[in-house]
Amino acid sequence: MNQLSFQLKGSVVTAIVLELYRYSRAQFGEDLGAKVRQAPMFFHQTPVVISLEKLESDALPIDFVELISLCREFGLRPMAFKGAPPELGDALEATGLVLIPAGQAGRAAMPEPPAAPVAAASEPEVVVRTVVEEKLVHRPSKIITRPIRSGQQVYAEGCDLIVMAPVSEGAEILADGHIHVYGALRGRALAGVRGDVQARIFCQSLEAELVSVAGNFKLSDSLQELAWKAPAQVYLQDDTLHVAAL
Amino acid sequence: MNTREPGVAGRIEERVLAKIIVVTSGKGGVGKTTSSAAIGTGLALRGFKTAIIDFDVGLRNLDLIMGCERRVVYDFVNVLNKEATLNQALIKDKRTPNLFILPASQTRDKDALTQEGVQAVLNELSRDFDYIVCDSPAGIEKGAQMALYYADIAVVVTNPEVSSVRDSDRILGILQSKTRRVEAGEDPVEEHLLLTRYSPARVQAGEMLSVQDVEDILAIPLIGVIPESEAVLKASNQGMPVILDQETEAGQAYSDAVARLLGDQVEHRFLEVQKKGFFKRLLGGK
Repeated sequence: MNQLSFQLKGSVVTAIVLELYRYSRAQFGEDLGAKVRQAPMFFHQTPVVISLEKLESDALPIDFVELISLCREFGLRPMAFKGAPPELGDALEATGLVLIPAGQAGRAAMPEPPAAPVAAASEPEVVVRTVVEEKLVHRPSKIITRPIRSGQQVYAEGCDLIVMAPVSEGAEILADGHIHVYGALRGRALAGVRGDVQARIFCQSLEAELVSVAGNFKLSDSLQELAWKAPAQVYLQDDTLHVAAL
Repeated sequence: MNTREPGVAGRIEERVLAKIIVVTSGKGGVGKTTSSAAIGTGLALRGFKTAIIDFDVGLRNLDLIMGCERRVVYDFVNVLNKEATLNQALIKDKRTPNLFILPASQTRDKDALTQEGVQAVLNELSRDFDYIVCDSPAGIEKGAQMALYYADIAVVVTNPEVSSVRDSDRILGILQSKTRRVEAGEDPVEEHLLLTRYSPARVQAGEMLSVQDVEDILAIPLIGVIPESEAVLKASNQGMPVILDQETEAGQAYSDAVARLLGDQVEHRFLEVQKKGFFKRLLGGK
């Protein structure tokens, strides 16, 4: 039996970085509200790092507690401040969030969006930009060599999933990328679960309860006449899910 | 597979700890207790010192099938709670030497099973037994999980019908994730399929899954196919493990299964519909 009750592991978590330039309660709330309304589900319960690296020199003082609670109101979950000027240390520490030094994560260079045209009558205006940090990292595929049984769920996060055994009825396999099953696929298989429309499912024998690519799914009933119990691939073309014999 | 002689030499110098076999299925009524009794008896007949533990606390059955219900004084839960010693609770089988039964408690429930308690009992048994057969309760809850947690070998009992196969599949998933071996990073539990209540005639009529169908879905090695037989029910009611009745197909099939469990290569029998002989037909025998 394991001695420890836990294990410490390094991990990379995708988070939204909110680069703050200026802050006033009314303006920030309005701008953030507008952003969130564009894609409410995307922002729901999303971890956010508030970056102060681009903070304008006259932006202080800022009520950070209020800022955090505003973010929470819109469903965001602030977890850290990044690149805070040293004089803010104590104030930020008091919010209970983590302080990350500037430029710690090797950021892929992303062009700064051109500044929004500022109205002439210059009431201090807040511009909130959400910058999703995207890094092109090669993640190795997840390889499973034992059968995936009823009631088990396997998720290949940020990569492809390769299963070299059967996937039983009542099992569920998910991948952000492609799914390959070198065996009978009898359970549910969902490729491109974070919206990758290029993702595909390949299997040696298509007997699935459900196949899905980027949220477009087909149930076993509608698979019967398409390569049932035969080697097949499932892919998305023109928003339609296609099943083709291999 | 360890096929050491049960004799003297190895036992003194280098005693290997007992192998723990769990007989499990997920679904109820498929023949777990019958199979536990048969396998345990079969191992003992081959000279291995064997204990069968009934993990079905609250629904005690093993003692009935082994015909020792009147000799139950203390039970598994008494031992777990240190109200009795293991030696007081173990019932020595009257028919088969080397065979002992640890009955379940009828008056308690599965909450009486604790991981530490079960481990202590198994450790103590391991010291002077060769095999410990754990008769799992049905379901996938605490009782079943306790029965399989310390297993080295799993015998998954399945009937040739879809719901039983699905439940066995589920149990196999648990065997891959919730056992001591997995948590300790050791080799996974050795899995074996035991197909019970098999009726070749009904398979031929398309009313039952075939051996191939079940093997195909579960993808684990087959150690035996026990034909559907009245002898099993009769033996249960008489309190005698069916393996002792070598006149019957079921008894022979269990013997074969035990041999395969120990690593022997034995041809599978009783898979085909038996043609009735001329006299049998004439006499209307079944």
